Amino acid sequence: MANLGSIVGKVRSKNAGPFWLTVDIFCETPQAYEQVVSSLPTKTIADVFRVNESVVKRFDLSELNVVKFSLPRPEIQGSMADRDMHGASWAALISEIPV
Amino acid sequence: MTKVLVPSGALGLNYDQSALMRGLDMKPDIIAIDGGSTDSGPAYLGKGMSKYSRSSTKVEWQGLMEARAKAGIPLVIGTAGTCGADSTVDWMLDITRDIADELGQSIKIAVLRSSQDPANIADAFENGRVTPLQHAPEITRDTIQGCSNIVALAGAEQIQAAINTGADVIIAGRTTDTAIIAALPLMQGAHAGGAWHGAKIGECGALCATNPQSGVIMIDFDGDGFTVTPLADGAKASPHTVSAHMLYENSDPNILYEPGGYLDVTDAKYVALDDTSVRVTGSKWTTAPYTVKLEGASLAGYQCISLVLLRDSHYVKNAQKWADDIGEKCSAKVADRLNLNPTDFNIELRLIGENASFGTLETRSVDAVEIGVLGIVTASTDALANEIGKILNPYLLHHPLTQSEEQPTFAFPFSPAEISRGAIYTFSLNHIMTLDDPMDAFALEVHDIG
Repeated sequence: MANLGSIVGKVRSKNAGPFWLTVDIFCETPQAYEQVVSSLPTKTIADVFRVNESVVKRFDLSELNVVKFSLPRPEIQGSMADRDMHGASWAALISEIPV
Repeated sequence: MTKVLVPSGALGLNYDQSALMRGLDMKPDIIAIDGGSTDSGPAYLGKGMSKYSRSSTKVEWQGLMEARAKAGIPLVIGTAGTCGADSTVDWMLDITRDIADELGQSIKIAVLRSSQDPANIADAFENGRVTPLQHAPEITRDTIQGCSNIVALAGAEQIQAAINTGADVIIAGRTTDTAIIAALPLMQGAHAGGAWHGAKIGECGALCATNPQSGVIMIDFDGDGFTVTPLADGAKASPHTVSAHMLYENSDPNILYEPGGYLDVTDAKYVALDDTSVRVTGSKWTTAPYTVKLEGASLAGYQCISLVLLRDSHYVKNAQKWADDIGEKCSAKVADRLNLNPTDFNIELRLIGENASFGTLETRSVDAVEIGVLGIVTASTDALANEIGKILNPYLLHHPLTQSEEQPTFAFPFSPAEISRGAIYTFSLNHIMTLDDPMDAFALEVHDIG
């Protein structure tokens, strides 16, 4: 089984303000986009963060070949329990999701 | 119609000098640059200090002040000094005075202040004028009054007021990233959707193009939309690079909320004019009651950290067990020797090389060569955090996995081993405040210097 990162161009995660995290999956091609849309349910992303699927917003952007997810930050940015100020390392974990 | 030259995504990130000169040749109407964001964490707002060095800021700002003087146009910085509190606005003003003095420039400086009196915000909260955004923390009057700094994010109207003073240089406290770019085009009658959309595309400089580190871009606004052109050698914009920038650090790819309304780019059309420039039309702006976002940071305790390295394979393999045992034994000793409750302090040992990035959410494990153990002590005072850090020290140096083995010694890279981090902060507000007039929460002053 391939990892998500190996079939898309790039996975990016960043803060969207101190309270939200946003994940952009740049699929690059329509083929990869279709594959990601059909094989990456929102629940899989929710499971990475161990949160309920209902808090994860999903945007399938066919014109950009991008699948985007936004969710409340696992910890408020920079709070005592937060481990990554810019929220960028989550991309590595998401790239390793088997698809 | 209105050309805005954006040197880079933030002052302090540097910009391409030859591209800036190319931009000046295109006769821009204003130079606009962002000075900060929340992205580097709550301490900058909590302490009211800049993340970037004074010397880097001065060198880059001097280049822009020289460019401004050459072109005879206004120069504006938003969110001056990373957090945009009054203290960093004053820091930026001081740098500006130094440069003007050294260059012999006589200039008019407009200063827009965004800092808020916590007592006023608490009153507004009790009057129902401060309301939560999605996933905002629960707050009370005490939460608000406990913030060491609160800023309101200015929109286009407050920047326009500063431009209307006829200032050569505008130093603004906290603003939205887009307001400093959208303000002048909106004043000159540009399409509102296009003005805000172009401002969002341009707010990170050349991040909307290839060669993102080159920084400099020009955005040309008109009555229907805008055209964006990166100016560094080899930098190109395409409909894809431009439209993809709406995703960046934005939880919704189509909607952007600003003071007084929101931008919707769902129906925007992106057309390549050539291999460098992209024209965008069809963005929509919808007006709404006038609200400004609030940011606040409050003290969250004091920390003392230590770093120790495990290289002995027996300990590398059992690092979590070792760390858990230390956490338990050291916490008990601290409670006993300092007569504290376990809730009065926190000791965390983060295993670098095992799961420091994600903790229990990590999905991989491999046999590491070595593991860094980051000991993080948090307590209510600086002295207490450092005292607990010293109680932790012998464990990190010599703690054995079992009583039956020889006493181990681990590698401290530093002396003293315990490192005081001082005060730590947390973001406390994710709220908006309703204003009757855009200037209600902001103050504008003008300084003629030289």
